[in-house]
Amino acid sequence: MDIASAKLIGAGLAAIGVGAASLGVGFVFGSFLQSAIRNPAASDGQQGRLYIGFAAAELLGLMAFVVAMLILFAS
Amino acid sequence: MAAEAKIDPMHQFVIQPIAGNFAGGNPFVFTNSALWTLIVLGAIWFFMYGGMKRELIPGRWQVAVEGLISFIDDMVGVSMGPEGKKYVPWVFTAFVFLLFANLMGNMPFGVIPSAHPFTITSQFTFTGVMSIITFAIVLGVGFWKHGLHFFSLFVPKDAPLIFKFFIAPIEFMSFLVRPFSLGLRPFIAMFAGHVLLDVFGNFVVQALNSQSAGGIGISILCFLFIMFVSMIELLVAAIQAYVFAILTSLYIGEAVHLH
Repeated sequence: MDIASAKLIGAGLAAIGVGAASLGVGFVFGSFLQSAIRNPAASDGQQGRLYIGFAAAELLGLMAFVVAMLILFAS
Repeated sequence: MAAEAKIDPMHQFVIQPIAGNFAGGNPFVFTNSALWTLIVLGAIWFFMYGGMKRELIPGRWQVAVEGLISFIDDMVGVSMGPEGKKYVPWVFTAFVFLLFANLMGNMPFGVIPSAHPFTITSQFTFTGVMSIITFAIVLGVGFWKHGLHFFSLFVPKDAPLIFKFFIAPIEFMSFLVRPFSLGLRPFIAMFAGHVLLDVFGNFVVQALNSQSAGGIGISILCFLFIMFVSMIELLVAAIQAYVFAILTSLYIGEAVHLH
């Protein structure tokens, strides 16, 4: 297999990690919404932690994306 | 990829000289990155200057600036307590710089030819140095206030002794990764967003150029996608600035209070 095809296949495999991270992000927001609907008054105080959790989950997904970019475009 | 033209999403991140050139290893070149840093600085200065009139009954601009400052003040107060006041300047600087730099990269200046914005925070150097400054403050404050007792940060307090032996090295490793992840987060968010927009912009142009039946439909769909992703990008720009600021205040608060 030549290197150009291997690059494309590798980038495609790395992009699976991005889809996996979307599960994590959905879980963070989903559990926040579930508990916020049970206790709306307390949910406003926890919004900061919601965004921290979202950023941490999204970071790992974007790292998978960066691996895909490096495989495709790094010379 | 299309046979006619290769899609190159990396070209928008190339730092190009505007005046002078890099010949002979000359590092002092005015590049597009430097130009847009100055533009971001001008925008921040303009915004803050409009709010510093100190009227007793503030106008709308002053309310906006004071609202931003009290937002950061409250956030630092919640994370760090009252002695967090002396760290508000750095947290505020980081927040406002990241916010304006991220937003400036998404502005539609490209309708004027060759005025397409360059997102300065899509270079890891900018966010990496901000993260280094944060951790210089964390380590400086930690070792100044607590001396070598700072290392008790990694030992869980009320755990049995055997757990302390296992968890302390793991906590230490996780602490070593923190500067990297703090700087990587806003960089990656901006980088990925702009690559996505660039790829779909290429799709719009190539679909129109292909002169085929479905070309117009595809280009309209891709254009709508770009519109919605741009909206999300504006939100992500603000969220990444907020997360950087709140994590900075959390890390400094940990160093000050040692749990």
